Amino acid sequence: MTAVIEATGLTKRYRSTTAFVDVSFATTENTICGLLGRNGAGKSTLMSLLTGQEFVTSGTVRVLGADPLENAAVLEQLCFVKESQRYPDDMTAQQVLSSALHFFPRWDEAYAAELVDEFRLPLSRAVKKLSRGQRSSIGVIIGLAARAPITIFDEPYLGLDAVSRQAFYDRLLADYAETPRTIVMSTHLIDEVADLLEYAIVIDDGRIIMNDDVDALRAGTASITGLADLVEPFARTRTVVHRQSLGSTLAVTLADVTDADRVAARAAGLDLSPVSLQQLVIHHSRPGASLEEASR
Amino acid sequence: MDDGRPIFLQVGEHLESSILDGSLPAGAQVPSINEIAAFHRINPATALKGVSRLVDAGVLYKRRGIGMFVADGARERLLHERRLAFRDEFVRPLLAEAARLELSADDVSDMIRKDASS
Repeated sequence: MTAVIEATGLTKRYRSTTAFVDVSFATTENTICGLLGRNGAGKSTLMSLLTGQEFVTSGTVRVLGADPLENAAVLEQLCFVKESQRYPDDMTAQQVLSSALHFFPRWDEAYAAELVDEFRLPLSRAVKKLSRGQRSSIGVIIGLAARAPITIFDEPYLGLDAVSRQAFYDRLLADYAETPRTIVMSTHLIDEVADLLEYAIVIDDGRIIMNDDVDALRAGTASITGLADLVEPFARTRTVVHRQSLGSTLAVTLADVTDADRVAARAAGLDLSPVSLQQLVIHHSRPGASLEEASR
Repeated sequence: MDDGRPIFLQVGEHLESSILDGSLPAGAQVPSINEIAAFHRINPATALKGVSRLVDAGVLYKRRGIGMFVADGARERLLHERRLAFRDEFVRPLLAEAARLELSADDVSDMIRKDASS
């Protein structure tokens, strides 16, 4: 499998702040990858670097094997839907969509029209008169209809209601199945997209704290609850991500649970419960929290 | 769908249940990967992983360019596997809870017999 986006030792500093230091990762071709993390973790900055919109301080970015910076051959394979995208004020929604045709060689006009209907975008209205949600739906429509081999969504759903967000996720999935491509999406709404993702990269405070196959993350994570004496043996041999007790009851969230652990815990009458990707991200990126290594 | 285990396992089990209850008999075509992904609202790669597990286990077989079908004897094989897993998944937790309630194995089996005959 080919790495479509590859970052090596990426560091970005501004005059007085450091966005991130020595970040490395690679995304696999034709996968959906989530870029998750708290506000200010560096998600948007990272996306700007990947799409050649900002200069790196040090390290390298390779998109389709080349530096994306001012590289037309790479950039025409890329569609970046920014949360804060500005459009010329007097342009109508129709004009914005028409101009997309010039930027994206694979633009699908008929599909775009279908999406306009689904998201009920008023085409003749000036962009500045559109609601936040309607502006977001322009971005979503462009991102989908551009059919770019690499599509990057930076929190594309702001202002979209639950119905429109679900429509977006369903469309994304259906179109991805039909026209596989590499999709990177940053989001806060982790629970909503968790099942769509194949990979998750979690950044916190300018560092990558998780980068894994979502299925593998789920398989390895569970919360075990019961009498402290019975739960403790599991906690001792595994990596504890979170621990909470109430009297003699102990609940631990473990990061490297095996199938044998699950069987043993159930046989011991302990409660096993799932840990959502969102919970996992929260446990990992709590302020000051660090992985509590098991004392062996 | 969420019971904490990897989604691809749950996708596989969903198909297995359809085979067990007879709604997907031997020789029947199973939904495509994309249909399964859209139905469960999951990544197609996850759906593929779930289905591949069943193909590897010989429960489903592929016909190139046509789709996937339920293998002969798939139901019997699944019944056998699920019965083996029944003890770990149901009997042991049941006995653990019974012990907490100070019920003996005999008490439990009496209850089961009574319920089964009613």
